[in-house]
Parts: sequence; C-alpha cells; structure tokens
Amino acid sequence: MTPETIRLDGVEKTFGAVRALAGMDLTVAAGECLGLVGHNGAGKSTLMHILAGTLAPTRGELTAAGTRVGGQWSTAAAQGQGIRCVFQELSLCPNLTVAENTRIVHGSLRGPGWKPRARALIRAKLDEIFPGHGIGADDEIASLAIGKRQMAEIARAFTVTDNPLRLVILDEPTSSLDAVTTHQLLDYVRRETARGTAIILISHLLGEILGTSDRIVVMKDGRKAAERAAKDFDRTSLVAAMGSEARPGDTTRAATRQASNADLMVRAVPAAGGGTAFEARKGEIVGLAGLAGHGQTRMLLQIFSKDRAEVAAPVAFIAGDRQSDGIFNLWSIARNITVRSFSALRRGGLIDLGREARLAEEWKSRIGIRTPDVDNNILTLSGGNQQKTLFARALASDAAIILMDDPMRGVDVGTKQEVYGMIRQQAEQGRTFIWYTTEIEELSHCDRAYVFRNGAISASLAVADLTEEKVLEASFAEAAR
Amino acid sequence: MIGRRFLRQALPFLSLAVVLAAIFFVQPRTMSYFGLNLMLQYAVPIALATIAQMFVITVNDLDLSIGPFVGLVGSIAATLLYDDPVLGMAALLACIAAYGAVGALIHSRNLPSIVVTLGLSFVWLGISVLILPTPGGNAPGWLKWLMAVQIPLVPFPIVAAIIIGGAVQLALMYSSFGVIARGAGGNPRALARAGWSMLWTKVAMYSLAGFFGVLSGLSLLGLTTSADAHVADRYTLYSIAGVILGGGEFIGGRVSPMGAVVGALTLALAGSFLIFLRISPDWQIGAQGAILIVVLALRAAVTLGEARR
Repeated sequence: MTPETIRLDGVEKTFGAVRALAGMDLTVAAGECLGLVGHNGAGKSTLMHILAGTLAPTRGELTAAGTRVGGQWSTAAAQGQGIRCVFQELSLCPNLTVAENTRIVHGSLRGPGWKPRARALIRAKLDEIFPGHGIGADDEIASLAIGKRQMAEIARAFTVTDNPLRLVILDEPTSSLDAVTTHQLLDYVRRETARGTAIILISHLLGEILGTSDRIVVMKDGRKAAERAAKDFDRTSLVAAMGSEARPGDTTRAATRQASNADLMVRAVPAAGGGTAFEARKGEIVGLAGLAGHGQTRMLLQIFSKDRAEVAAPVAFIAGDRQSDGIFNLWSIARNITVRSFSALRRGGLIDLGREARLAEEWKSRIGIRTPDVDNNILTLSGGNQQKTLFARALASDAAIILMDDPMRGVDVGTKQEVYGMIRQQAEQGRTFIWYTTEIEELSHCDRAYVFRNGAISASLAVADLTEEKVLEASFAEAAR
Repeated sequence: MIGRRFLRQALPFLSLAVVLAAIFFVQPRTMSYFGLNLMLQYAVPIALATIAQMFVITVNDLDLSIGPFVGLVGSIAATLLYDDPVLGMAALLACIAAYGAVGALIHSRNLPSIVVTLGLSFVWLGISVLILPTPGGNAPGWLKWLMAVQIPLVPFPIVAAIIIGGAVQLALMYSSFGVIARGAGGNPRALARAGWSMLWTKVAMYSLAGFFGVLSGLSLLGLTTSADAHVADRYTLYSIAGVILGGGEFIGGRVSPMGAVVGALTLALAGSFLIFLRISPDWQIGAQGAILIVVLALRAAVTLGEARR
C-alpha cells in the first residue's frame, strides 16, 4: 500500500443551519489520481476548501502525511504540507503579471533576483504542461483570455520551490480549456501522478474523470455516496451513483424542424471576414463551436451590439463568466432575474414592485432555482443555481434572440439537463438561441452549428454532421482551404 | 498592442510635457533654473502626499484625511519638534502608528475607508487646532536648510521628485513585497488563499501612507517656515487627482509611483500656468478639474482602443 498523503475522518462542516459536509471520510494515497464527482451543492467545494485550509472543519480529524493536524490547520499549514488548489473561480490577481502571480504563492521567491527566478519557474512549468501555450511570463493576467488564465493558474499550482508538492486539487480545471489544452493537461496529470504526487480531480465532464482517475469518489448531500476504482465505473453507473438521471442526448428534434423557411432573425459577418456569414432564423438553436477563443464570444458581442450585424428582434445575453459578466453580487435573486425587464415592469416611471416580485417568483419556479426565498442575496445560491438565475433573467425578458456565451461552465449534469429542456421548449415557442459552447456534446442540442477558426467561420455544419470528428476537423482546419 | 500600452504609460509624462511647454510659451522667463525652482517648490510636498494616497489606493481604499493630516504634521513639527526634538519625533511616530491602526480597523471591521477617513479628517484638524490655535510656530532649522538646498544645474524639486518616485517605484513595482501589496488590490481573496494576511498588508500600506504623509508635512513646513492647521486642506483632492492623473486606478491595485509623482508635478504646474494666464483664483480649481478631465478622457480613449483590438 502506498503511503497516504492526506486522510479525513468524519469531517463535518456546518454553516449556520446548513450542513455542507456531514461526516466525510477520505484517504488519498501518494501518486494516485482521485476523481471527485457530485452535484452542485454535494459538498465538493467545501471539502476542497477544508483540504486547502481556507475553511476549518466543524468536527472531525485531518491527518496530513501521517501526522494529525489539530486546530492549527490554515492555508499556510496546508501549503507547508505541499497541498495546492486550483479553485473553480480563478485565484489570480488580474493586475499582476504571470510571474508576479507565481511569486504570490511562493514565499521563498524574494530578495534580489526573485523576478528572473519566478519567470523561469513558471515558464518551465507552462512549457512542460502546455507546450505551445503562447503565454509570456510578463503578460498581465488581465490581458489574457480566460482559457489562458486558467492555464497559467494550473501551471502555477504545479510549480515547486522550497515546499514539497504532495497533493494538487483541480476543481473544474478544464472548464475554460479547449480540446487540445484539456488533452495536454490530462496527460500531464498522469505523468505527475507517476512521479508520486496525488491529484484530486473534480469535474462535471464524466469522460475526463473516467479516463484519467484511478479511483472515483461520488459525493451526495455532504457525504460519500460511492467509492470504487475508476475501471469499475462507467458513465451510466457514475451518473446513477450521483443520483440524477441523465438522458442520452436525443438528436431527433432537429430533423423534424423545417428551419429554412422561417424568417431570418440575425445575419452577421465575422470581424475577421471569411467567406461565410452567420445566419440564424426564428426558433432555431444555432451552435458556435471550435477551439476556445477563436472568435465565438466576439461574434456574440457583435450581434449584441449590432456591429456589422442585422438583428431583427430584442436580444438578451447569458454570460458564461458569471462572476465578472453575469451576476450583481449585492442584489437579491429576484433583482438579478428582473434587471433585464425593468422597462417592461415600469409604471409611471417607477418599478411596479408587485409585478416584479411576481415575475421573479414565476421564473424561479419555472426554471427551478433552489432557494427558499427569492429575496435572498444571489450569493446564497450555489454556482449552478446562479447560472439558472441568469437563464431566468434572459428568458423572463422580451428578448426573442438569446445569446449564450458558454453558459454551462462548471454546471452539474442534472441542472444541465433541465436547462437543455428549457432551451428546447423555448425554441419551439419561437425564440432563437445562439449558443457558444466548448463542450462538443452540447452541440447535439443544436439545429446547426458554425465552427470558428481564427475569428472566421471555417465550417457550417447541419445537424447530421454534428459529430465530434467533423467539429474537430473543422476546428483544426488550416486557413488556406 | 505594445504601442497602446506604452502610450497609456507615457500619458502622464506627455501631459506634464504639454503643461510645461504651455508655460514656457506663455512665460518664457520660467525656462530657467530659478524659474523652475520657484514653480516646482511646492510640488515636493504634494508629490509626497500623492505617494501617501497612492499606497491607500493600491489596496482599493481612499484616504480623505491626508490633507488635514499633513496640516497636523506641520503643526506638530512647528511646535513640539521645534521645542523638544525627542517628544516631537515620538509624536510623529505616533501619527504613523495611528495610520496603521486605522488600516487595521478598516480591514477588521470591514468599514468603508471613505467614511472612516472623512471622519478622521476632522479629528486631525481638531488636534492641530488644539496644538496650534493660530497660524505660527517655527520650522526646525534643519528642515528649512533641507528645503532650501541648491543643487547645481538641476533644480532641487526635480531631483527630489525623481528620487521619491524612483525609490517608491522600485519598492512597489519591482520588489517581492510590492507584488503582494498590489496583489492585495487586484484580488484580495487570491492573496488570502495563498496564505498572506490581508490585515498586515493593509496595516503596512496605511503605515506607509502615514510615513509619506509625515514627510509631506515636514517638507511643506520647511518651505513655509511656519505652520497653519488648514495649510494643506487642498492636498486631499490634489493627492487623489495626482494618483489618477499618473495612471492609477481607484480599484484593482493598478498604480504607478513614478506616474503619481509626475501627476503631482503636473497639477502643481497647472496651478502656475493658470496664474500666468491671469485666471482668477476662483476659477483655478475648476480649471484644474478641466485639465484632469481632459487627461482622463484621453486615457479612456487609449484604453478603449486597446480593448477593441
């Protein structure tokens, strides 16, 4: 038996009346990759915060590298034990460079010459994990696209100075990565575990978990629901263990639709030109695919601001990066839903509070936001429910065209299925959805898709052609056709 | 991309050059050692107060009490420090400690810095009126000597500005401590997760602000030779304007020490320029505001262009 890196015995964590962890036992052995899955709200985040030292357990015992840690468990202690975390919401300082952000996690990078050392450290790690990454050590984080920020943060977690590296926790590490960089990362995870580092991989992409981990722990309601070697799980049994029924995506819907004779809602020419123009018709679900950061979000923004785009109806935007573009942190859930509809809720220049409350209540129940009271602050919701709030905001409005900027980042399987159903139903009622997604599986819910490459459309695929193979082929197509 | 970024960083210096050129055009006699020395004399205390403000802005706070604080330091120095150097020094150290304590209070109670420092501005003013009810007092001899230093070829205020700006630039932009300080403004949560204490970072930054506030008060007293509790009331707004003019931003830990010093010089020179134009003092504040708006509009245009590319 390989030595254990960390062990939890009966760890509990309560926030007021809410029990986020209800007695969790977990052992992570050196050199193993542990997959951790569960719904949003199953307690995964709380668990990793406890491992990282940012939260103290209410009850229970924590043993790191064979020694019991008592009340002195803190971020500094966790780092001293060689535990690193890549949190789902990025933990980089946007105003600093990549090298400077590396210095922040390494107390020993100080004194004369710290900067060249920090640069060399992070550059070597980026080169090792993501060959051809295109990130400079002196690039300011704010100037990097979200995928590159995530790459920088992941690489940072694996850099080593004076403390040993024993355990790295990756929470949804691939949520903003494209297919190539995801592949590079998962490869690296296997290489790193072979060197004896333990890795906890948290992901909603079950394929990643099944393909990469040695052992899988399924969490449900703050405790362990199942634990088995990865080879003893398959997709269906894993989903079953999580306690939600995942229907296989059905692609039958599109075939029944007669999109071509419906009226044109959007026509836009990509900023980078290219021969193909973007078109979307009434009641269509149009996917935007391709590698992350190849002009899909830009296309959405172009439609939103009617820049080189003809748009026939009101538009609503659902942000994927909800922390920075989506939610209003200080507002209630209700306000976050109704903010897009204020002009419709106006009476005599003021907002009709009764109607506002009814609208929020209606969409809360229609879209299934799990909260006792819509007047609670938006941050009381879990990530998936926050994202649902953003959907409610767009769907409650008068918009006939809904733009979606990879809105399912880090959302659990059950929520996804609910939202897919909602999108389908709304499209049948005549709404147009334009959907940028980094997950090829999600394209199966679209009628058609445009594949982007270097800011232009490299292929327009009908529903029959929406296979992983075709999309990847078009994503990697050379510009010269 | 590089061109834009460079342009944004160069903007404070360009603004200074434009104001300087305008002054030389209106009043060519200022283009001399003596003329520059005279015009920029008061830029040294303003630059120091701007640096003090910049430390607070780095951690996403705002100090509305720096002006009265500079006045308080002047009052202490013109009385206590003149009469009893040991007691005076102790009082000034207590001032710096008080600033650090304010930082700790603001952080640990999660208070809005604007409210706390606005309240404190009256406290500082009250204490200085108690110490020095009417304008007066005496500047210690070494202070007067220091502020009257004549350096060959380059006027003293310019040398002082370069030294101040350069030293702080080195400490905040290039040292490993400076990274933590700016990171605290950029993403406090990330910093806390990396195991750094936000409390001590804030205490350090506020203490530094207090330290530079003391330097500002001392240098101002060295120039005026006698103190007045109200002498530096305008410094609060000057210092904020200087930081912003110099390329800093209110939130996000984006600051530029060299830029802040240049911003302070620009504001000081803009005052002289308006006098040369014979604009009545009543309009000067408004005119300085207009200069500020023009520079900020230019910066916004540059940044917008950067985002669009």
